[in-house]
Amino acid sequence: MTEGGEVMSEHCSSSPAPARDGVPVGADTGVDASRRAFVAATATAVAAVTLAPGVMLIGGAEAKPADQPASAKVRWGLLVDVSKCDAGCSACVDACREEQGWHGHGRPASDPQWIRKVDLKDLSTGRKLSLPVMCQHCTSPPCTDVCPTGASFKRADGIVLVDRHICIGCRYCMMACPYKARSFVHEETVGQKPHMPRGMGCVEACTLCVHRVDNDRLPACVERCGEAGTGAMLFGNLNDPESEIAKRVATYATTQIRPDLGLKPGVHYQGL
Amino acid sequence: MTGLRLFLAMIVLALIGALPVMAGDGLLPTIPKARGEKCVEDAAFMRRNHMQVLKHHRDETMHQGIRTTAHSLNGCLNCHAVDGADGKPVTVANEKHFCKSCHTYAAVSPDCFQCHSSTPGPDMPDQKASR
Repeated sequence: MTEGGEVMSEHCSSSPAPARDGVPVGADTGVDASRRAFVAATATAVAAVTLAPGVMLIGGAEAKPADQPASAKVRWGLLVDVSKCDAGCSACVDACREEQGWHGHGRPASDPQWIRKVDLKDLSTGRKLSLPVMCQHCTSPPCTDVCPTGASFKRADGIVLVDRHICIGCRYCMMACPYKARSFVHEETVGQKPHMPRGMGCVEACTLCVHRVDNDRLPACVERCGEAGTGAMLFGNLNDPESEIAKRVATYATTQIRPDLGLKPGVHYQGL
Repeated sequence: MTGLRLFLAMIVLALIGALPVMAGDGLLPTIPKARGEKCVEDAAFMRRNHMQVLKHHRDETMHQGIRTTAHSLNGCLNCHAVDGADGKPVTVANEKHFCKSCHTYAAVSPDCFQCHSSTPGPDMPDQKASR
């Protein structure tokens, strides 16, 4: 998936040996630790699939009442159909900027970037891809593992957030994130959106538009992709077998970015 | 003795009568009137406990996604907005801002507005309607 990728290849250099295709599962000789983990992860995934039909986790797309906490019965996720995503389109990025109120200061290396378009080219075949990359809302997020204050946390419904009230701006989470999903606010900010407080000295990232999701609305990127983009993005509850996203994930071959890391992101990609 | 009591009562009455004048002189905070009919809690309770109420709600919203509006900072700002000379709600940079007016008097500097917007925004769409 990441072979020949110009942008993503930087992550490959720091990774353990990626899971290799063509090696018979169960071969004992020459098995390294990462492959063991890969096989174990695959076994877990298969077990989860066989369990799923008997378990009705949540019925329909019931809105969460405002006075109720987020539930672990819900697992919010995104599915990006890369074959539909157009290299020239940045509707999702524009929508995110407008919704959340972040913008650059002409310093690309340090400017906030909650979502970005990544263009890839497989050098061996010449196949070109374009896809949005944002916080992947991992099931086992490394950012929360390393956070010294507990500011990085995962909500019960799988949304990974930064609590700016306790973030000390150490940026350890930014180093831990293999997706380069987090940004640091270097500048004093004014004119914030009432639903999205943000200020100097804190780390921030995609919130999966938690303020909209809690109000039974789609994330801004997904909404805009459907209206002005190519309709490549799908949002939904991965735990609900009746949801469109769960059906698509169950029907088609999808993957996550760097699944070998075992972080089990909530963002799935189709056609990557 | 009766004379002394009468004297004290007169002083108290004189002070109460002078309160608006003192407020105008900056001796007491000038608290702008809110837009709503009544506060979400008793005014005396809110005067002492509003920060605890806000902090409790902040943690519930941030970590659990509880989005009731009664104790939210946005709820406060929507009701306690003060219009400036241009007819638009003033930011916390202006001394007339509801939070600022009292916190300046009390010499405390809460850092809410380093991140939070200090002006009311459009209400969250359909917060109640979709329930």
